Amino acid sequence: MFFQMLSNALVSGLLMGGVYASVAIGLTLIFGVMNIINFAHGSFMMLGMYVAYWLFTGLGLNPYISLVPSFLILFFLGAVIHKFIIIHSSDAQNILLITLGIALFLDNFAAFLWTPDYRSIEIPTLAKSLFIGYLAISIPRLIAFIFAILLTIGLYIFLKTTTTGKSIRAISDNIEGARSVGINIKKISLISFGIGAGCVGAAGAVITPFYSISPSVGLVFVIFAFVVVVLGGMGNFWGTFLGGLIVGLGESLGATYLPGSLQQFFIYFVFILILLFRPQGILGGKRA
Amino acid sequence: MRKLSLYRYSYVLMGVTLLLLTILPAFMGSYYIHILILILVYAYLGSSWNVLGGYCGQFSFGHATFFGLGAYTSTILFMRFGISPWIGMVLGGILSMFVGIFIGFICFRYGLKGPFFALATLAFAEMFRVAALNIPLTGKAMGILITLKGTSFPAFQFQEKIYYYYIILAFNVFIVLVTHLIENRKLGDYLEAIKEDEDAAEALGIDTLRYKIIAISISSFLTALGGTFYAQYLFYIDPDICFGVHNSIEIFMRPIFGGLGTVYGAFLGSLILGPLSELTRGLLGGYSGMHLMLFGVVLVVVIIFLPRGVVGLLKKI
Repeated sequence: MFFQMLSNALVSGLLMGGVYASVAIGLTLIFGVMNIINFAHGSFMMLGMYVAYWLFTGLGLNPYISLVPSFLILFFLGAVIHKFIIIHSSDAQNILLITLGIALFLDNFAAFLWTPDYRSIEIPTLAKSLFIGYLAISIPRLIAFIFAILLTIGLYIFLKTTTTGKSIRAISDNIEGARSVGINIKKISLISFGIGAGCVGAAGAVITPFYSISPSVGLVFVIFAFVVVVLGGMGNFWGTFLGGLIVGLGESLGATYLPGSLQQFFIYFVFILILLFRPQGILGGKRA
Repeated sequence: MRKLSLYRYSYVLMGVTLLLLTILPAFMGSYYIHILILILVYAYLGSSWNVLGGYCGQFSFGHATFFGLGAYTSTILFMRFGISPWIGMVLGGILSMFVGIFIGFICFRYGLKGPFFALATLAFAEMFRVAALNIPLTGKAMGILITLKGTSFPAFQFQEKIYYYYIILAFNVFIVLVTHLIENRKLGDYLEAIKEDEDAAEALGIDTLRYKIIAISISSFLTALGGTFYAQYLFYIDPDICFGVHNSIEIFMRPIFGGLGTVYGAFLGSLILGPLSELTRGLLGGYSGMHLMLFGVVLVVVIIFLPRGVVGLLKKI
């Protein structure tokens, strides 16, 4: 009984950790390149979820197909926001406030358009679990976990091999050096912001089969994404993935063994400790 | 020679405003008085935030912590032990000040700046929210309903809204005086110096850690008093209302819009944003968070085009 509870908590924590990692990875990309914290990140995810929701209810499209239009729409939105709003400010604190403003607008505009109600996508073929002994593994959660791994590997390969990816890393390492070798900082920043938004949009689409869609969902995730990014070391991809797993496991074990919702208390507590004593994160920051 | 500007007449302007605010409500319906009370509550809270965020440049995203500590302390003391909320208000302020000093000490001691200080304060507020959701003393998610005793000054309860109105007006006069005092003392100069360039301030021999902690202690004490007022006015508190992220946002919206680090910034900001948000809610209807859409736009526009807020604009005219 004890082991059954523990192992189920571990598995569901790991799977949820993958979700947190896939949400946070775009945030860490944006942070690594521009040194800015994007408070609107959760709202981008919320919009990605709605894209998948409407494509499902309107066209019957499977969310795993919708992740492509989700990515593209959010990439475009992110690029537009970067080009017309973010570019006007260079101060990190001001950008935090600006992106908070964007988040407030998007969250409440979504509530205005689509009501604040919770919605969900019902796909009977997906609402199943794998059973290994007494372990129950929810299939859509497992798919989301695999998606998180693929996303991390995909971004890593993109950054290592493509010209754009190399430019992104160059800016992240040394912005003045990047400028002097002729990298177009504005353009690359815009592309990274777009990719960050697109990735979280796609992540939003992937979690719709098991996570309720509502305008306020972004706020929950954005705070957790901050925790994950800080834990993993800002700008560090593998660290972010690991950070996601730690938060997922911590939450799941806490929910199993602590009364009420106290597990969140400890997640914030760890967050503050890391900010104070190891701001470079557990694996050290800014190493793509 | 100083440029002739509208802002130079601010003393006259504020005198007239105060006179109007004192006389007008006598002729107003209770709905309008309610709106005015909310405007003044957030003007007061924003001014409290301004001491740390505006004058000292340390943006807190977690002032809901101090608001909630004030509201919960006075309410719990009143409901459990029958202690007058007036006393509870002062005790809540003191508790909040200690928590503020603690948060300030560990954040500033370890050099958290700008957005990272903001995120840390946000995390602290979330910790208090989760704690309040789980501890029986705070009534968990149900919150605490304050029992009505009819009009009674010791119980900080009045059946007529007008009493609350004059109390919160007095709070505002008080905080304007406090802010004036800070601005005209050396403390104001030190805070300003820290905001402009902390390393330079340090090089000049200013003990920046000490003054930042002084700023957060004043700010957290004053914010808590507003929390008690809010609880006594609405007779109900819960973890989300008190410690939620949206409360922190409501608190810092007014001073950012009105003018950071100015005596009347939060007041002016609230005077404009209050009716505007009421109007948005009326027009778009239904959902109670609708004014936040407007706040979002205002935040983006102000940060990019009006970094000195409405007061900065008035100074130019």
